[in-house]
Amino acid sequence: MTTMTIAKAINEGLRAVLANNPKSLLMGEDIGPLGGVYRVTDGLIGEFGADRVVDTPLAESGIIGTAIGLALRGYSPVCEIQFDGFVFPGFNQITTQLAKMHARSHGNLTVPVVIRIPYGGGIGSVEHHSESPEALFAHTAGLRIITPSNAHDAYWMIQQAVECQDPVIVFEPKRRYWLKGDVDTQAPGLADDPFKAHVIREGQDATVVAYGPLVPVALAAANAAEDDGRSVEVIDLRSISPIDFDTVTESVKKTGRLIVAHEAPTFGGIGGEIAARISERAFLSLEAPVIRVGGFHMPYPVAKVEEDYLPDIDRILEALDRALAY
Amino acid sequence: MGATHLPSTEFDGTEVDDQLEAEAEAAMGEPDAQMVQLLGPDGTLGSDPVFSEYAEKLDAGKLRGFYADMAAIRRFDQEATALQRQGQLALWVPLTGQEAAQIGSGRASQPQDYIFPTYREHGVALTRNVDLSELLRQFRGVSNGGWNPKDTNFHLYTLVLAAQTLHAVGYAMGIQRDQKLAAASDPAGTEPPAAVMAYFGDGASSEGDVHESMVFASSYNAPVVFFCQNNHWAISVPSAVQTRVPLSNRAKGYGFPGIRVDGNDVIAVHAVTEWALEHARSGKGPVLIEAFTYRLGAHTTADDPTKYRLSSEEDAWRAKDPLARLEVYLRAAGLADDAFFEQVKADGDELASYVRRTTHDLETPDIRAAFANAYVESHPLVAEELAWFEQYSAGFEEAAEGAAH
Repeated sequence: MTTMTIAKAINEGLRAVLANNPKSLLMGEDIGPLGGVYRVTDGLIGEFGADRVVDTPLAESGIIGTAIGLALRGYSPVCEIQFDGFVFPGFNQITTQLAKMHARSHGNLTVPVVIRIPYGGGIGSVEHHSESPEALFAHTAGLRIITPSNAHDAYWMIQQAVECQDPVIVFEPKRRYWLKGDVDTQAPGLADDPFKAHVIREGQDATVVAYGPLVPVALAAANAAEDDGRSVEVIDLRSISPIDFDTVTESVKKTGRLIVAHEAPTFGGIGGEIAARISERAFLSLEAPVIRVGGFHMPYPVAKVEEDYLPDIDRILEALDRALAY
Repeated sequence: MGATHLPSTEFDGTEVDDQLEAEAEAAMGEPDAQMVQLLGPDGTLGSDPVFSEYAEKLDAGKLRGFYADMAAIRRFDQEATALQRQGQLALWVPLTGQEAAQIGSGRASQPQDYIFPTYREHGVALTRNVDLSELLRQFRGVSNGGWNPKDTNFHLYTLVLAAQTLHAVGYAMGIQRDQKLAAASDPAGTEPPAAVMAYFGDGASSEGDVHESMVFASSYNAPVVFFCQNNHWAISVPSAVQTRVPLSNRAKGYGFPGIRVDGNDVIAVHAVTEWALEHARSGKGPVLIEAFTYRLGAHTTADDPTKYRLSSEEDAWRAKDPLARLEVYLRAAGLADDAFFEQVKADGDELASYVRRTTHDLETPDIRAAFANAYVESHPLVAEELAWFEQYSAGFEEAAEGAAH
């Protein structure tokens, strides 16, 4: 076991990818000598050279589009998009090209491109630097979407994303980049399947599902509820597409109540999808409506008021109160 | 190559182009050079200081082959248009008028090169030995692709304009890496150098992806040839709305050669493309070719050109027909006789018959294949929805069996 930050864990995961897979390469803006704006690729260009760690022109469609071409030639590109709000110039390439290539070629072509996107708020930044656009990608068949919440998962999930033959988007919780945790670099252990949700805290009275940056918040809320005599189960969803509904269903059948928390706006979001599926799978077990805790239906607000926008411990506790009042 | 072939401000196509040409020349001065042309519209062979040597390598068999290819793809185009009119295809994208641009460039490629077409490159497909009936699958609604690109190094058609230009540059970046890996493991390797060709049109030239692809290609010196067929019309919008200077001039801004070639002159197109591919394969970087041609037919079978252009303009371009001029040349030079042209016609009829037959025989796929190909690896949601679909479908079968009793 080694203790490291999430950023360092991804850095080590990428180092392992580059060392083990000669056809892998990293692409992105400022990922070379600078090591990325969050230093996630720090030191890698020195170790693997400029053909494997490619500083690209400042063009997101260009990054994704050329990555598709490299993948068609047999390479495994890992693209870094600098910030969540900057992925949209590449949205066309991701949704109309990358996601559909395998299907439209009758399975003859595979494009195992990985796209890393630091996402989410809470860092006091300027606009377009704090968003959570995961639902826009989850709606597109052909893509897989995962998001680690801790260093051990981050180390393994980035490697599993590269091994996967489908395109994978890895949403990285940027405000947790400096969160430290124990990493077992020898074996993934429970993290052997990146598309499986993890029950990270057991409870009896209600289930809270969260992912990425809100996992520590959900855990803190569950601990606070414990002081009030409420036993709350917490699930780290880990994968947004596919979603491990089996694990969520099993938990809800036990607890009867479900809260889904994410930073993204609730409308048209992942929470709504989970609520609908669980109402079909566990209707008779539900003691209360599924409650979503998330962002509001507005453009991401300015940094000085983002604390009023982002779900926090109290917002999750308030939702728990409502669920338990039924 | 020398400065002689820097593209000119010569627009010479439509009335609006004539006006633009005057404006451009007023602003930029006289053109540096005319576009590259070897075989004129009247069928006489001219010369060029750079490209004649490529033309001289073409023997009679090659030249007859160019004619046969162009005639075959024109016949195929007519047949596909007819099939659409008969309701056998949902849509067709005709290429008539652009045969020389496509056959000349496609025949300059080598098997190890990789081609990214847009959606009108039926002639290029022919040169890559794609079974032409497979091109019709997409337009009959039984496939979104139709052929396996790995068999021919001819990628699937791309309908979101210009997206494929970036794929081409990425693929070329992969070739560069492959060559380094091969050189490291086997210094005496015999793998022939390869290049990539990216096809697009005057309309797509306005897409941001074309700009980004040229920036990336230039930055990494990627072995890619951008082949722009300027057919003068992006559906109903004339090329003058896409650009105020010859498209080939844009290469200057990216720092690689740009050449305008007479796109109705198969000999010049072949020569220029062969030069450009050699340039790219030998590590000298990208080239932009603008093939100056004309879409004689509609954009698609759903289009109506009478609403936006004059028939006199079409007539002016018919006079520059790529097949007619090559026939004049072949006959005058004694390289082909009546028997050859009769055989070409007979082969065309046979091709049309084959295409008609195979189109009728195209099987409607099972939607289960779409479930299977949504992802490479197993996916629980897809599996769940497929299971539901099977159960739902079985319900109808049981109901039908019940009704039969």
